[in-house]
Amino acid sequence: MIELSNIHRDFKVGDQSVHALDNINLSIHPGEYISIMGPSGSGKSTLLNLIGLLDSASKGTYLLNQQDVTVLHEREKAAIRSQTIGFVFQAFHLIPRLTAAENIELPLILAGIAPEQRQPRVQKAISDTGLSDRADHTPDQLSGGQRQRVAIARATIMQPKILLADEPTGNLDQKSGQDVIAILEQLNQQGISLIIVTHDAHIGLRAKRQIQMLDGRIQSDSHLNSNPGTSPGTSPPRQDQANASSHT
Amino acid sequence: MPAAIHDSIHFSWTALRAYPARTLLMLIAMAIGVAAVIILTALGDGARRYIASEFSSLGTNLVLVFPGYSKTSGLGSLAMVNATPRDLTLNDAQALSRNSNIRRIAPMNIGSVNASFGGRSREVPVIGTSHEFLKLRHWQLAQGSFLPVTDLDRATPVCVIGSKIQNELFTAQSPLGQWLRLGERRFRVIGVLATEGRSIGIDVQDIIIIPVASAQQLFNTPSLFRILVEAKNRFAIKPVKQFIIEQLKQRHQGKRDVTVITQDAVLATFDRILSTLTYAVGGIAAISLAVAGILIMNVMLVAVSQRKTEIGLLKALGAPQTQIIHLILFEAMMLSALGAVLGLILGELGCYALRQFFPELPAYAPLWALLASMAVSLLAGLVFSLLPARQAARLDPVLALTGK
Ligand SMILES: Nc1ncnc2c1ncn2[C@@H]1O[C@H](COP(=O)(O)OP(=O)(O)O)[C@@H](O)[C@H]1O
Ligand SMILES: [Mg+2]
Repeated sequence: MIELSNIHRDFKVGDQSVHALDNINLSIHPGEYISIMGPSGSGKSTLLNLIGLLDSASKGTYLLNQQDVTVLHEREKAAIRSQTIGFVFQAFHLIPRLTAAENIELPLILAGIAPEQRQPRVQKAISDTGLSDRADHTPDQLSGGQRQRVAIARATIMQPKILLADEPTGNLDQKSGQDVIAILEQLNQQGISLIIVTHDAHIGLRAKRQIQMLDGRIQSDSHLNSNPGTSPGTSPPRQDQANASSHT
Repeated sequence: MPAAIHDSIHFSWTALRAYPARTLLMLIAMAIGVAAVIILTALGDGARRYIASEFSSLGTNLVLVFPGYSKTSGLGSLAMVNATPRDLTLNDAQALSRNSNIRRIAPMNIGSVNASFGGRSREVPVIGTSHEFLKLRHWQLAQGSFLPVTDLDRATPVCVIGSKIQNELFTAQSPLGQWLRLGERRFRVIGVLATEGRSIGIDVQDIIIIPVASAQQLFNTPSLFRILVEAKNRFAIKPVKQFIIEQLKQRHQGKRDVTVITQDAVLATFDRILSTLTYAVGGIAAISLAVAGILIMNVMLVAVSQRKTEIGLLKALGAPQTQIIHLILFEAMMLSALGAVLGLILGELGCYALRQFFPELPAYAPLWALLASMAVSLLAGLVFSLLPARQAARLDPVLALTGK
């Protein structure tokens, strides 16, 4: 479904060039559950934004459902974001003046869906995420965990194929973080492709496929390690480290 | 599509409500601009209508004949000093009456005389004219009758008085049939005027009307102040004017020495001057709308930078650039529309207040000014938010989401 080949992403800072992504090759299939880990600044968010078409590569090709998206126009990329990709952010990014229900409804409005079709979908999303008694609350009346649940409901209301979560538990306490991860995993079980960027090894190791990044490169990919035949060029030195950290 | 508009309204409305201070500031700026246009044009147009009605109250289809004529208006006064114009006489007035395009003729003399009755007396403006004057001026009688139908040169000692004269000189008793002293002569009161108000500087309640021949004796002059002529209809005005000029030229040995003004020409001139004035004043007031537009631009620029993460989010949720532009434009348009409506209310209240303070002035804003001020404010809102909208649309979503 997602095919990244030789992806580079350079940022110009003054006259210096920062290689946020350095020759990324990655193939993701429908329904996968992937965690991306690595130190701060290793390019995790950049990779996620690129997959989500919020950012574009400086070099390389990106095929999304066999379609080369690097050549698409802004409007076409926006349409793909609307229809097939959902984002969950560390900072929730709820619109403070809208209620929980209205925040969840927003993608439907932007997609031009008629109000009478929107309401049942919003109602279902609210009850699915356990927010029924919070529907008319504004974000400042919600706890962190509730806010992130609203954000997840908003990210999935258009029934996207891909859900991208950048440190979704970064601003949450342990308990709410676990709740949020449980909801995301449940969505994955229902078939959505889930990619979580996280610092938290506990969370990262829950994923069926774990990717380690360092300095803009994929340091290890558990998927490739368990199927060494598919990509003989990649060495698996970080695998042990990842396993080791699971015991901490 | 209606659903989309409803959603845009809701979204923009919550945005406007979320920043009450800036919204209020903008609304006030826009409202003041619109109110200024409305009030100033109402003043200008009110003045125009006031003068028009004053002139119309003179009568209908009037042609006014004055003694004296100057070819060049600039040297007019000089020419008149040198040429000592020949007087207009009663015979001139009589000569004019023989034309089928003319409905009525009233020669007119005017002066000021001491009027006394019983022990009371005072200085009163006196008009000498003929029986046709009443109908020509559209005046009404309260009691008695107007000047009798006689030859113009008959100096009948009768008079018609204004209601104020009646109240002051006759107090409680009926004036009809009483003998009023004007200067050295006595006149019998045969009627009282009902008409009230002012008409080109004359207080209708405070005059005495006598036959023109009597006035000439009283003022000791053979000449007329002017001749009022009423044309049969609107189309007869021009031929009547031509007829008067020709006729009087013949009678005055081929010299053109009268000035003939038609009421419609005077009206048109005033109308033109005051309309121009109104447009100019309205235009100047519209500048304040443009200023409000620039304010909108600044406020929307601030709004865009304040709401960067929101715009980044909308993009992440799949809003294309055009949709972002539409949302920002819609918000600005809604703001200016609200401001315009507020200004409309403010302006109409201002006009109402003006009419309360100056009851003679019909201070109603013309329709074009209402429509134009609405249109200009919406246009200003649109034009001046294009730049902020484009800026918002071009934000890099990743940077915008981090608030950079
Ligand atoms: N817009 C940008 N401009 C310049 N440098 C950037 C920008 N975005 C990311 N970077 C740089 O790219 C590298 C990767 O960043 P990021 O993907 O955010 O890392 P991570 O999410 O793993 O912490 C970092 O060195 C960061 O400084
Ligand atoms: Mg990051």
